[in-house]
Amino acid sequence: MGTPARRRFISVLAGLAAAPLWPARAARAQDDPFAPLVRKITGGAKVNSGRVTVDTPRLADNGHSVPLKVSVVSPMTAADHVRSITLLSGRNPRPLMATFHLGPKAGRPEVATRVRLNGSQRVLAVALLSDGSYWSGSAEVEVTESACLDAS
Amino acid sequence: MVARVQIPRQAKRGEVIEIRIAIQHPMETGFRYDLMGKPIPKNVINNLSVRYNGAEVFRAEMSSGIAANPYLQFWAVAEASGEFVFEWMDDAGQRGAERAAITVNG
Repeated sequence: MGTPARRRFISVLAGLAAAPLWPARAARAQDDPFAPLVRKITGGAKVNSGRVTVDTPRLADNGHSVPLKVSVVSPMTAADHVRSITLLSGRNPRPLMATFHLGPKAGRPEVATRVRLNGSQRVLAVALLSDGSYWSGSAEVEVTESACLDAS
Repeated sequence: MVARVQIPRQAKRGEVIEIRIAIQHPMETGFRYDLMGKPIPKNVINNLSVRYNGAEVFRAEMSSGIAANPYLQFWAVAEASGEFVFEWMDDAGQRGAERAAITVNG
């Protein structure tokens, strides 16, 4: 049976506690660290998920050099081929890791390299096909010893 | 810059061949400091292009996200006997090049 002042105080407290919850929850629902960068690469075009596979070890003990292979499902003919593949990191200080330009003469839509990873993260590959469509695929990598120690 | 390129010496016409290249380069991120506490400037091989008998078959734009001593493996269709020319450049403006010949039968 509190006084009006006490009641008001409690209601303000309750309001403070509840208020920040809503925006936080809304932001989390669409929280994709890649979204702004992917938009910059594609110019806002729709990115379909699928057709792109990123192959990495599930667990890398050293982030300085992690083997990574990207492959795309494509016949690689003059009419239907992969134009480029972009590799994005979810946690590196420079998230754009590399862009590979291919063409029908590449024969097989597959590139393998070794990347630097600043800690456990998701690696995303975005492929641009000759018909102008974008496709993406990703892989989760657990890194026990991260690269770029000074930056993070 | 020392580099090693591996392609098959011979191939059948139309065969898809594997190409591998490894270049000796620190791929300096720009985030490290030397022993005097001075930042080491970023220096990575930012561009590598591969031409096969004059036509570009592969090009890579790289950042510090590629590990030191960059290694790349990709594929190309063997069309005619000739030469693969690999050319690259780093942020410091240093250029490197490597060539490899291939004989295509049939």
